[in-house]
Amino acid sequence: MRKPTFTAWIGLAILAAYLVILIAGPHLAPFGQEDIIGSPFGDPEPGHPLGFDQNGRDMLSRLLYGGQMSIGVSLAAVLISFAVGIPMGFMAAIRGGWFDTILSRLVDTIMCVPVLISALVVLQALGSSLPVLVLTIALLDSTRVFRLSRVLAQGVGALEFAEVARLRGEGNWWLIRKEILPNVASPLVAEFGLRFCFTFLFVAGLSFLGLGVQPPFADWGGMVKDNQQAIVYGLYAPLYPAAAIAILTVGVNLVVDWMLAGRSAPQGDNR
Amino acid sequence: MSDPILRIRNLQVTAPDGRALTRGIDVDLAPGEVLGLIGESGAGKSTIGLAALGYGRGGCRISGGTVEVADRQIVPGTRRDREQVRGARVAYVAQSAAAAFNPAQRLGEQMIEAALYHGTMTRPEAEAWRDELIRVLQLPNPETFPDRYPHQVSGGQLQRAMIAMAMACRPDILVLDEPTTALDVTTQIEVLVLLRGLIRRYGTAALYITHDLAVVAQISDRIMVLRHGELVEQGTAQAILEAPQQDYTRRLVAERGAHERLAATRSPGAEILSVERLKVFYGHNQALHDVSLTLGRGETLAIVGESGSGKSTLARAIAGLPPFSQGRMRFDGAELPARFQKRSQDMLRRIQLVYQLPDVALNPRQTIAEIIGRPLQLYFGLRGKALAEGVARLLADVGLPADFAARLPGALSGGQKQRVCVARALAAQPDLIICDEVTSALDPLVAEEVLQLLARLQQERGLAYLFITHDLGVVRRIADRTLVMQKGRVVEEGPTETIFTPPWQGYTGELITSVPEMRRDWLDGLLATRGQALETAK
Amino acid sequence: MSRLILKRLGLGVFTLWLVSVLVFAGTQVLPGDVASAILGQNATPEALDVLRRDLGLNDPLVLRYVTWLKGFATGDLGNSLASGQPVSELIGSRLMNTLMLAAYAAVISVPLAVVLGILVAVFRGSIFDRVMNVLALACVALPEYFLGLLLVLWFSVQLGWLPALADTYPGMGLGEWIKATTLPALTLVLVTMAQMMRMTRTALLGVMDQSYVETAWLKGLRAPRVVLRHALPNAAAPIVNVVAFNIAYLITGVVLVEAVFNYNGLGRFMVDAVAKRDLPLVQASALAFAAAFVLLNMIADIAAIALNPRLRHPR
Repeated sequence: MRKPTFTAWIGLAILAAYLVILIAGPHLAPFGQEDIIGSPFGDPEPGHPLGFDQNGRDMLSRLLYGGQMSIGVSLAAVLISFAVGIPMGFMAAIRGGWFDTILSRLVDTIMCVPVLISALVVLQALGSSLPVLVLTIALLDSTRVFRLSRVLAQGVGALEFAEVARLRGEGNWWLIRKEILPNVASPLVAEFGLRFCFTFLFVAGLSFLGLGVQPPFADWGGMVKDNQQAIVYGLYAPLYPAAAIAILTVGVNLVVDWMLAGRSAPQGDNR
Repeated sequence: MSDPILRIRNLQVTAPDGRALTRGIDVDLAPGEVLGLIGESGAGKSTIGLAALGYGRGGCRISGGTVEVADRQIVPGTRRDREQVRGARVAYVAQSAAAAFNPAQRLGEQMIEAALYHGTMTRPEAEAWRDELIRVLQLPNPETFPDRYPHQVSGGQLQRAMIAMAMACRPDILVLDEPTTALDVTTQIEVLVLLRGLIRRYGTAALYITHDLAVVAQISDRIMVLRHGELVEQGTAQAILEAPQQDYTRRLVAERGAHERLAATRSPGAEILSVERLKVFYGHNQALHDVSLTLGRGETLAIVGESGSGKSTLARAIAGLPPFSQGRMRFDGAELPARFQKRSQDMLRRIQLVYQLPDVALNPRQTIAEIIGRPLQLYFGLRGKALAEGVARLLADVGLPADFAARLPGALSGGQKQRVCVARALAAQPDLIICDEVTSALDPLVAEEVLQLLARLQQERGLAYLFITHDLGVVRRIADRTLVMQKGRVVEEGPTETIFTPPWQGYTGELITSVPEMRRDWLDGLLATRGQALETAK
Repeated sequence: MSRLILKRLGLGVFTLWLVSVLVFAGTQVLPGDVASAILGQNATPEALDVLRRDLGLNDPLVLRYVTWLKGFATGDLGNSLASGQPVSELIGSRLMNTLMLAAYAAVISVPLAVVLGILVAVFRGSIFDRVMNVLALACVALPEYFLGLLLVLWFSVQLGWLPALADTYPGMGLGEWIKATTLPALTLVLVTMAQMMRMTRTALLGVMDQSYVETAWLKGLRAPRVVLRHALPNAAAPIVNVVAFNIAYLITGVVLVEAVFNYNGLGRFMVDAVAKRDLPLVQASALAFAAAFVLLNMIADIAAIALNPRLRHPR
């Protein structure tokens, strides 16, 4: 892989900072996420650098608590979606036949409905709780992972070295582990970054709509919603959690851009 | 020599990664002269051709030297200088015309675009000139041809249309970049004859870029031999062919002209493979029609034919790959199931396949030791030290150093990769190796070495080869028997000696006589003996 | 080609049907119990039973689906569980509002994104390209509500040009309507445009690397003609695909933006219905959104088929 560029370093630094929040957020928070210790939308004061939220809770502390929730939920959902999507995609590509046909048709149909709409339908039926949230997002998202891994595996599987392995009498497990996986690892890692971004924004979006992470837990999307009315008074309260969301997404995008760069050589410059 | 129309001095072209593609090349081209640029891949011949238009492909940069067309300097020069020369004074013909035409525009429009854009002709003039070129190049249905789209005409016709497009502004110089390489031999002759006729008729100078000495011998006045971006030698075509000075040129000439057999003809051993009335279907298309053949132990059977003849399909059918085939195959006395999934592991082991492109036949993420070692592990249960010794032995067998074991395929050259593929096939200790165009993607001298390796291995181990190729020169040197295919059918079969000895008949004859030979008068001789069709083309 | 288009139309209808099955399955087959959701945790078994019978929940699944679909076809979408009003009345005007907002945004963002995408592709590697790339990256990364709030902060709170809430009512004038909806539309434009621009750039660059574009350079043509005559006609189909791909962003975005600006559209309405677990409303809204998505995709696919020279001029 290429040496990290300047922007990639920024991205990596952002990721590192958020990793700390994910692991240790609540421990770093000076106050509890439920403690009402100031006036609603109170201005910043010593000890409360970001001021207070709509209920008079410390903004910084809630951001640190909410980070763990927002990032944790998305990360769990993406991990599950990859754990489901990759094996299914690889199997569909290798086995083909009815297994592939049925699975692909199903996935195509699910993808005919925008993810947000599908998620709303499921949340309507099951109500919003953390496990439902994580599983719904993971399964809806796994359709994308399925499609990508299927295409990647088909591409590699059609190459002659994979044909050689099949003609040698190797089993599916060998094909996946030795011939396909090593050759599709980097696009899958990049996809992981992009899917995380998408999921993270999606979870935050659901929370913003009031259908994601439920109170009393703090999470960034919900915090934007709760503090939204402050913007009309020219207060920055909802912008802190929104910025927290945006910065992480930018960071991941910077890193993914760097990882995907250099795949296609520049052409026709000397015209 | 009269004043050159193209003068290149000390040309330096640098790749995006900083590698030098050419190191100080000088080229002089007289008006009306045809200069052949010859060399292996990486010799820098296309780079020089494009530099004549002041162009660097894929981010390559002309980093030094001068290029003058007539009296106008374009390198170093302004973009405007280059734009006014390109297409107008110097025009380019690419190897793959199919990719070089805009799929969304009618051929006729594309063919006159340069003339209108540079303002050298009015539209009626340009169209009249285009129609003349269409007739000279003998394109079918001259009236409607300009209205067609690129995907509506054949590869040979597109190649001719590309030449006509390059001639749009009556340029002084044509840069012909392997213009016949992608074509079948019989089509290649047509295009070559028409191209030569055209150049002579209009007195256009040309840089003819190719890797095939025999082709360039027919058309060029002078030849420059290039290697690794440097000049090896240059001289008249006659001199290069008959009295090459440099060792490298001598080897090139010798390889291309070689006819001696690499292995003595043997009487075949017991039958190892028989195929009866094999049919293969791809959807509604039938790719093979009732193909039958037999192959004895230690024998080499060549399957020859042009693209679309079904020769590769036959190879894949014997390997058990196509999903729909009918017919009967027997291997060493036992029934050979049509699909490889139904074959026993021992049967899979005994039939091995070597592919045309070693690049995609080797997993880029596995070391050479893993690649070669896997059959030893799977079929013979070798582990640890025995496995490492087996790998080392195989590397030695194919003439590769032992320390290659730890390398990845990316660190090897094309010829070395193909040797690894051969070693992997050998590791299974097969009875039959199917060689599918194994030398076609390699440079001539490297291909020669791989052929010698295959011949040696056959003698040592009594392997049977099924040798799929379009290269009749190779067939003649390595095959005991030859089977000629056309459009999915066998048209002729017999001992190689008989097939290649006149009198030839029908399609086989056309195929054999179309292979360029290393004589300057070969094409004229062929035109004299062939029928009216080619004669009128001149 | 017309056969291909007919085939695509047929597939579109089939997909719509599949989607209706999916929406139905999503709302009915999932283990959640509508009756207990309506009556709450403390409902008596008898009350639950009566409600289930009223809602037809005890019928076989297939029968329920057929009844539901038949009702849908005749315009009878059932009654809202929360308010008891007919769903068709509740949804109609709101769907119209949403479509108008989406159209307002699309009319600006699609041409702008395509033109900018082409420009950055043509000037690849220039300062302009880099600046646009960074801006696009920022817009892709920023959530709809963040952009929306920023716009509110600048344009309504600080500058006072536009209202912070998108209040619309039946019979309002066009000028009023535009004033009310410009901020939400602008938010949508920014969110969808960035992605579309980046992908248009990639699509066009893919074409610029083709051999026939090199042929054009080697004819001595200058950049504008190379791009307009040789690259763009071949990039048209990929660009249409890019636009189609971003329709999903538009639909998702519209739901979030409606929430930010309290716009009286189907998106916000559906979110409220989900929160109240109002089944008929959610079903109908989901189907409306999905149908819009499927239809727009189908139109894009047909356009891409119609733009393909190989299909337009068969052998």
